[in-house]
Amino acid sequence: MHTIEEIIGMIEEVKPGLHPAPEEELVKSGKLDSVDIMSLVMALTGEFDIEITPLDLKEENFRTPQAILAMVERLEEE
Amino acid sequence: MRHILELLDRTAAACPQGYSFCDETESNTWAQTARAVQAVGTALAGLPGGVQRKPVAIYMERCAGAVHAMLGGLAAGGFYTVLDTAQPPERVRAILDQLEPAALLTDAAHADGAKSLAGQCPVLSYETAAATPPDSGTLEAVRAGMIDTDLAYVLFTSGSTGLPKGVAVTHRNVLAYSEWVADTFGFGPRTVLGNQTPFYFSMSVTDLYGALRSGACVQVLPKRLFSFPVQLLEYLCARRVNTLYWVPSALGIVANWKALDYTAAPALHTILFAGEVMPTAKLNYWRAHYPGARFANLYGPTETTDICAYYELDRAFADDESLPIGRACRNCGLLILCGDRPAAPDEAGELCVRGSFVAAGYYRQPEKTAERFVPNPVQGAYPEIIYRTGDLVRTNDRGELVYCGRLDNQIKHMGYRIEPGDIETAAFGQDKLDDCACLYDAARDKLVLFFQAKRDVTEELRARLAERLPPYMQPAEYRRLRQMPHNANGKVDRKALAAML
Repeated sequence: MHTIEEIIGMIEEVKPGLHPAPEEELVKSGKLDSVDIMSLVMALTGEFDIEITPLDLKEENFRTPQAILAMVERLEEE
Repeated sequence: MRHILELLDRTAAACPQGYSFCDETESNTWAQTARAVQAVGTALAGLPGGVQRKPVAIYMERCAGAVHAMLGGLAAGGFYTVLDTAQPPERVRAILDQLEPAALLTDAAHADGAKSLAGQCPVLSYETAAATPPDSGTLEAVRAGMIDTDLAYVLFTSGSTGLPKGVAVTHRNVLAYSEWVADTFGFGPRTVLGNQTPFYFSMSVTDLYGALRSGACVQVLPKRLFSFPVQLLEYLCARRVNTLYWVPSALGIVANWKALDYTAAPALHTILFAGEVMPTAKLNYWRAHYPGARFANLYGPTETTDICAYYELDRAFADDESLPIGRACRNCGLLILCGDRPAAPDEAGELCVRGSFVAAGYYRQPEKTAERFVPNPVQGAYPEIIYRTGDLVRTNDRGELVYCGRLDNQIKHMGYRIEPGDIETAAFGQDKLDDCACLYDAARDKLVLFFQAKRDVTEELRARLAERLPPYMQPAEYRRLRQMPHNANGKVDRKALAAML
């Protein structure tokens, strides 16, 4: 089990200056651009024992810190 | 023809119900576009003093409405500049200070930002302007006073130092360019272009005016989808996009994730790219999935409207072979000069351009203009202006032009002239490598290869380059990045990399 704080911490590392709330929208708002999202994918696969496939790389999974956490937990179970 | 909007008149009459400019939330037909453009034009022409032969600034997102705003500026006899809403206000202000626009058009979402930037300039709401009853009499009178050497737009390029430079492009430039691009790539009412590039970037001229000339549809692709390659491809399918003109980095995102292996491939028949060097390995991924499609490598600076040379792929290339930039477009003359003399047959020289695509110059910057837009040194019989691109090219054995890098980027290392592109080309093709860029650290006299890869491939790269390149071209340092930085146009951001040296 991971905490939302861990995920938010990683987002903050990828995008200095951004301090998102757990349900804050990240993608449509442009808070994370494609470069940030690719960096976050690298950080997530480096930190956790998961593989993010092209099919996991979708907007729904990155919309909010909460959605990212749910994806990480789902991928860890797989 | 003397005005770009004659193309719109013709297309709207020929295919009024065909789709014109569409985005995620809005679809327009050519009849709707023609009406919206007239409405915006009427609103602008109604400002005190009008905007004829004056600049109109556009401060909006990349969307269908922004195209109507741009064309509306032209309908009122003005020329437009599209501003980047994501840029820091200081840079936007630096552009506005040079431009001194007669009006600033903005949408509701950016109204507050626009007002704080505008100074004395009147701010017009796009929504209000687009709802203005069209006054075709006024617009016809304005149009009658225009000629083809009047400006259509001023496009600001970053400029390597200091002040942004505004490239002033005429109606004649866009008429000549759009004729070439639509003819060469067979654009027509069945063409659906998937627009990736921002409207303040010269590549979008191909999408917008290629469509205006041919009746093609432009689907403005949501920027965020370039983070999600499979969903991007699904969107292309849903919108029936069949033609792409993207920067190589955007095509590279799909290749890096092998996204075409995970979803139904969109029915693409034409794939064009420009703006930076296309890594051949990424291109080969696309070609393997689209063996019947037309692929072309386009080359040109903003100062030649968009493109002045092109190479349509007619043979196979190995992953570490580079693509030529081919030959001149119609009504473009290309010269290879070493200083003021023509280069010898196999000598590299500066590519210079003459002809109908060459822009008028830099807006309100006579000195910068005189540096680059110069009299043709090899033809003195009558005045003829050429544009010096600052790019090095040579001719290969097949008579095709080959890009050899920037004149001012050339590295002199261990007594040799080195072109970083040659090192990058040799590195591409390495398995698991997503992206790379070679920089020269002058202070330490070292070549540094930045790369992005699914795992650390430093040792493989070192071995690969040792096999392929002479010792003086070996990077002294390999630096793996989580993510290669990209600038607003989607190209690799070399300035950001230089800051990491």
